[in-house]
Amino acid sequence: MSEPKTIYNKIWESHLVYEDNNDCLLYIDRHLIHEVTSPQAFEGLRMSNRTVRKPLNALAVADHNIPTTDRSKGIGDQESELQIQTLEDNCNEFGIQYIKTSDKRQGIVHIIGPEQGFTLPGLTIVCGDSHTSTHGAFGALAHGIGTSEVEHVLATQTLIQKKAKNFKVTINGKCNENVTAKDLALSVIGAIGTAGGTGYVIEYAGEAVRSLSIEGRMTLCNLTIEAGARAGLIAPDEKTFEYLKDRPMAPKGEDWDRAVEYWKTLPSDEGAKYDKSIEIDATNLSPLVTWGTSPEDVISIDGNIPKLEDIEDDSKRSAVKRSLDYMDLIPGSPIKGVEIDRVFIGSCTNGRIEDLREAASVVEGKKVSSNVVAMVVPGSGLVKEQAEKEGLDKIFLNAGFEWREPGCSMCLAMNADKLSPKERCASTSNRNFEGRQGREGRTHLVSPSMAAAAAIKGCLTDVRELTN
Amino acid sequence: MEKFTSIKGIAATMLNKSGNQLSLMMNIDTDMIIPKQFLKTIKRSGLGKNLFDEMRYDMNGNEIESFILNKHPFTKAKILIAGKNFGCGSSREHAPWSILDFGIKVIIAPSFADIFFNNCFKNGILPIKLSEDKINLLVDDSMKGIEFEVNLIDQLIIIKDKELPFEVDEINKDCLVKGLDDIGSTLERSSFIDEYEKITLDNFVWRNPVKD
Ligand code: SF4
Repeated sequence: MSEPKTIYNKIWESHLVYEDNNDCLLYIDRHLIHEVTSPQAFEGLRMSNRTVRKPLNALAVADHNIPTTDRSKGIGDQESELQIQTLEDNCNEFGIQYIKTSDKRQGIVHIIGPEQGFTLPGLTIVCGDSHTSTHGAFGALAHGIGTSEVEHVLATQTLIQKKAKNFKVTINGKCNENVTAKDLALSVIGAIGTAGGTGYVIEYAGEAVRSLSIEGRMTLCNLTIEAGARAGLIAPDEKTFEYLKDRPMAPKGEDWDRAVEYWKTLPSDEGAKYDKSIEIDATNLSPLVTWGTSPEDVISIDGNIPKLEDIEDDSKRSAVKRSLDYMDLIPGSPIKGVEIDRVFIGSCTNGRIEDLREAASVVEGKKVSSNVVAMVVPGSGLVKEQAEKEGLDKIFLNAGFEWREPGCSMCLAMNADKLSPKERCASTSNRNFEGRQGREGRTHLVSPSMAAAAAIKGCLTDVRELTN
Repeated sequence: MEKFTSIKGIAATMLNKSGNQLSLMMNIDTDMIIPKQFLKTIKRSGLGKNLFDEMRYDMNGNEIESFILNKHPFTKAKILIAGKNFGCGSSREHAPWSILDFGIKVIIAPSFADIFFNNCFKNGILPIKLSEDKINLLVDDSMKGIEFEVNLIDQLIIIKDKELPFEVDEINKDCLVKGLDDIGSTLERSSFIDEYEKITLDNFVWRNPVKD
């Protein structure tokens, strides 16, 4: 019998085109493309007279810099407009499928890939965006790449890769009510640190992971990159198949049956070896919030901001000092009750229908605090449409939220949606880096229900106090 | 890509202050290296002036004097020294483009984020992993503006009469030394890709995208 294998090893081996010592060429099945990291790659192809090897294996959409206000009269910002037009022109020139900004399927790449059934288990998926790890929720090997690699995939449908190591994160137990996939992800990052996964592919397992919906699994895998691992993986199961069946770009008929049969062989074999493993207990987890400028700076909502004197490591202490100065927080004080100015619900981390439902259930019948500007940006046109069908838009609008057009928006603040200097935001996105949501802006990462609760109370708050 | 064999230049060290203590700045993310407002470009060049923009310029666009890359002689630094987990965050290749455009060809840190690390080699930048202890041996000389030589062929950092060896993966080294174009070398192996695709198409039809 052959040696037991991890799901990562299985996908890796089935995609090896060429191997010579450490020099491996990996076949890439799917390539997602957006406006910001692709123009220089297409330009590179043109300059060296190269073509796209498999245009049908790529799917393009503009999401990073488009405005989330009415776009029917154009983009407004000239540079953004040029970048988006360049994407459309490049797709036309090279025969790549492009979802236009006016198409109702338009949205954040990592939301539309799964929605369209472009994302499938057992595949290799890349995109010039670090949160490509999202697609690992389906049991696909998915990771972000730079622009040179975008060009490499366009030209060759392969990547030169080194095999990563296997890291198993088992999350045992059941989550309490109001503790979500976002909290699980933040707790993993808090436990292993933002560099804890560097050089690894993380496979998530355990009861808490199995019981997550597909949306929740995407949130968990999405944030894997914030733990330093390029890819997160969750073995596919019946939930995965059910989510994908009949999606427009998923296989049909006999092909579907054959695919499912194959997908069932993907989960890691019993006895498979991991280079590193940790176990986390979900049972006693509270909703989490970040206090600093790195996603690992995470505490429970009933916890206190760290004291400098408690930190032994010199470089860590000076990093914390810098963070707390930037965030304007008092060491040792409770995080709960810190007043906020803005709330952002959206992004590829938490911009899916389930996230909006979760936030809406907290907001329903309440009003956004008068000192807060709050907005909801659905992750895609289809998410927006579904939410409107369910009346979620009304719940948000009646409470005083803004209801926007889909895009990345204030996750990275490349468009007009950004924090003003010193503004403090409860955000469902993924990065609380200095300046990420606007120069000198202060970001606290939270789950959708926690963001909704913060909007209502006007401060960082424990959602359980609002819902119980 | 330009060939990289050896470079000589001064090194700028990114430090954090806590009280009187200085320590290597860790977790320098790609948002810090090149903030998003500069990602709207469709070109690779010209980003050097915006490297570390929000640390380098105040709200009115004036240079912040105390920032290392604004201080003579570090405005001409070719080497950057920093703390662990350098280049974490967004995969934007604008980060190495802006570093290169500024004139920096070598980054020395205890650890790097994966995607950034790869992106460096694709752009002719050498990222060197050294332990924090070893890096601390370099900081003084760097602050004094003493010239460093980074010799990739012999894998040595040379400062005056001091020599510090470093490790680099053979394939990456080869790629930098020869200034190789990855795509060109992969295309030379396209018969393997052809063959792989033939087998896949026959056995795994579902792996082909269904056109919507
Ligand atoms: S929503 Fe944020 S993290 Fe996700 S793709 Fe857009 S910018 Fe990147």
